[in-house]
Amino acid sequence: MPKKKKKGHGWKIAGNIYLVIMLILLYAPVAVMIRYSFNNSRANVTWQGFTTKYYAELFQDSNLWDIFFTTLLIAIIVTVIGTVIGTMGAVGLSKAKFPGKKLITNSIYFPIVIPEIVLAVAMLLMFNGAGVQLGIPTIVIGNVTLVLPYVYITVKARLVGMDPSTEEASMDLGADRFYTFTHITMPEIMPGIIAGAFMSFSLVLDELIITSFLTDAETVTLPIKVYSMIKKGISPEINALTTIVFLAAMLLVVMYLVVTELIDKRKQRLAV
Amino acid sequence: MSDISVKAQTVVPDAKKVTAGEKKVKHGRKQSIRATISNIIMCGPMTIWSVLFILIPVVMLVFMSFMTKGLLGKIVYKFTLVNYTDIFKPVYFNVVKESLIIALWTTLLTVLLGYPLGMVMSKLKKKTTGVITILMMLPLWVSGLVILYSFVIMLNNSGTINSFLMNIGLIKKPLQLLYNNFSVTIGMVYMFLPFAVLPMYSSIEKLDPSLIEASKDLGANPVTTFFKVTLPLTSPGIFAGVILTFIPCIGYYMVTDMLGGGTSMLVGNLIYRQFTISRNWPFGAALSVVLSLIILLMVVIYTKLGGDLDDLAS
Repeated sequence: MPKKKKKGHGWKIAGNIYLVIMLILLYAPVAVMIRYSFNNSRANVTWQGFTTKYYAELFQDSNLWDIFFTTLLIAIIVTVIGTVIGTMGAVGLSKAKFPGKKLITNSIYFPIVIPEIVLAVAMLLMFNGAGVQLGIPTIVIGNVTLVLPYVYITVKARLVGMDPSTEEASMDLGADRFYTFTHITMPEIMPGIIAGAFMSFSLVLDELIITSFLTDAETVTLPIKVYSMIKKGISPEINALTTIVFLAAMLLVVMYLVVTELIDKRKQRLAV
Repeated sequence: MSDISVKAQTVVPDAKKVTAGEKKVKHGRKQSIRATISNIIMCGPMTIWSVLFILIPVVMLVFMSFMTKGLLGKIVYKFTLVNYTDIFKPVYFNVVKESLIIALWTTLLTVLLGYPLGMVMSKLKKKTTGVITILMMLPLWVSGLVILYSFVIMLNNSGTINSFLMNIGLIKKPLQLLYNNFSVTIGMVYMFLPFAVLPMYSSIEKLDPSLIEASKDLGANPVTTFFKVTLPLTSPGIFAGVILTFIPCIGYYMVTDMLGGGTSMLVGNLIYRQFTISRNWPFGAALSVVLSLIILLMVVIYTKLGGDLDDLAS
C-alpha cells in the first residue's frame, strides 16, 4: 500500500514539473517580447543594446496611439452590440418556436466552425454585392458576427442550468415579462454574459483576418499595423506598447483574483 | 372489476386536466400575443443578423465560386466549374497538400502536448486550474501577433537559440530554424495549444473516477486502463481540441507570412492572395468553399461521435 502511494506521488510530481515546463515555454516568447522592447534596433531582429528610447517614442507617437484607441473603440462597440444581441438571442431562442428556427440556430455556429478567412471572404462578397463602402461600420459588423456565437453559447450554457419555475413564479406573482427578464433571468445568466463579453473583447482586440478584409485604406487597427510590419521587422515601439498592455492585463488579473479571494473569505466568515 | 376502477381512476384526472387546460387557453390567448411580441423582440435581432451576415454571405460565396474571372479582377457572371478544377492544378494542389500536412502536424503536436496538460490540470484544485488557464490564455489575449514575432527573434540564424547552441559548442554553424515548415508548425502550436487544452481538460475532469478504479480492481494495469477507459471516454474532448486547432490552422495566413517567410504557403495564404494581389475572387471563393467542406466534414464526425458544438467555444 505505501509503495502504491509513493508511485502515485511520483506521477504527481512529474505532472507538476511538466506543467511548469509548459508554462515556461508559453512565457518564453513573452519574455523575449518584453526584453526586445528595450532593444536599440528598429528592425528588432537581433539584440543591439539596451535602451528605453522606444518607450519615450511611444508616448510621443500620436499616430500609434490613434491606432490603439481605434482598436479599443472597435473592440468596445463590438462587445456591446455582440453581447446585447447574443444574450437576447440566447434567451429568446431557448423558448420561441418558429419555422426555420433550426436553420437560424445552426447558422449561429457557422463563424466558429468555418475558418475566419472564409467568413471574412463571404462577408466581403456580401458588402461588395450590396455596394456598401468598407470602413469602421463593416469592421464592426464583421467582428460582431465573429463573436456572436461565443456570447450565444456561454449564455445558453447558463440558461440550461436555470430553473424555469422561478421565471414562472415571477410572472404568476404579477411581474411583466420585462421585469422578469431584468430581475430574474438577467442575474441568473450574468456570469455567462460576462464570460461572453470578455471573450468577445479579447477576440476583437487581436482580430486581424476579418478586419483586414473589411477595412478601407484609412482605418488601421493595431493587428493590421503589426501585420504590415512583419516583413521589415516589428519595431520595438510595438513591443513597448504590447508590454504595457500585457502588464496592465496582468495587473487586472491579479486584482480580480485578490478580490474574488477576499469575497470568498468573507462569505466563509459570514457562513460561520 | 379492477379494469373499471382503473378506468375510473384515469378518467377523473383527465377531466381535471381538461378544465385546467381550458382555463389556460382562455387566459393564455391574451398572453400569447404578448409572448409572441416578446419573442420577436428577443429573437429578432439575432435572427436578422444570422440571415443578413451569415446565411446570405455564405450563399453569395458559393454563388461566386461558380462564376468566371474576367479581365483585371472583374467578375463575369457566367457559370463555370473551372475554379474547382483549377484547385487540382499541381501549383495549387501542392499548397492544399502542404496545408493539410502542416495542419496535421500542428494538431498532432497540440494534442500530444495538451492532453497530458489537461490531465495534470484535472488533478489540481479548481481554483489553481482557473489561475493556470488565465495564465495560459493571457499572452494570446493581449496580442498573439506581436508575441508570435518573438519566434522570429528566437529562431533566426543569429537568434537566441542558435547563439546559445553555438556558445555551448554543440553546433558550429547556425541551424536553419526559421522560414520553414518547422517554424510555422511551432508558431501554430503556440497559438492553439491554450485553446485546445480546455475541452480536453474538461472532458478528463468530468470522467467518473470510479470507472478507473473499477478497471484497476478488475486487474488492468495503468497503461491498459488509460487506453481502454480514459482515452475512449475523453475522445470528444480530444476531438474538440483537434477541431479547435485544425480549423484556424489552415486559415491563419499571418503565421505562415511571419514564420514561413514566403517559402511555405497555406490555403489561407492562397485565398488571401486571390483577394489582394491576384484579384481572382471566384477562385478564392472556390478555395474557401472547399476548405469549409473539409472542415464541416470533421465537425459532422465530431457531433456523430457525441461531441457538443458548444464545447468549441470553451
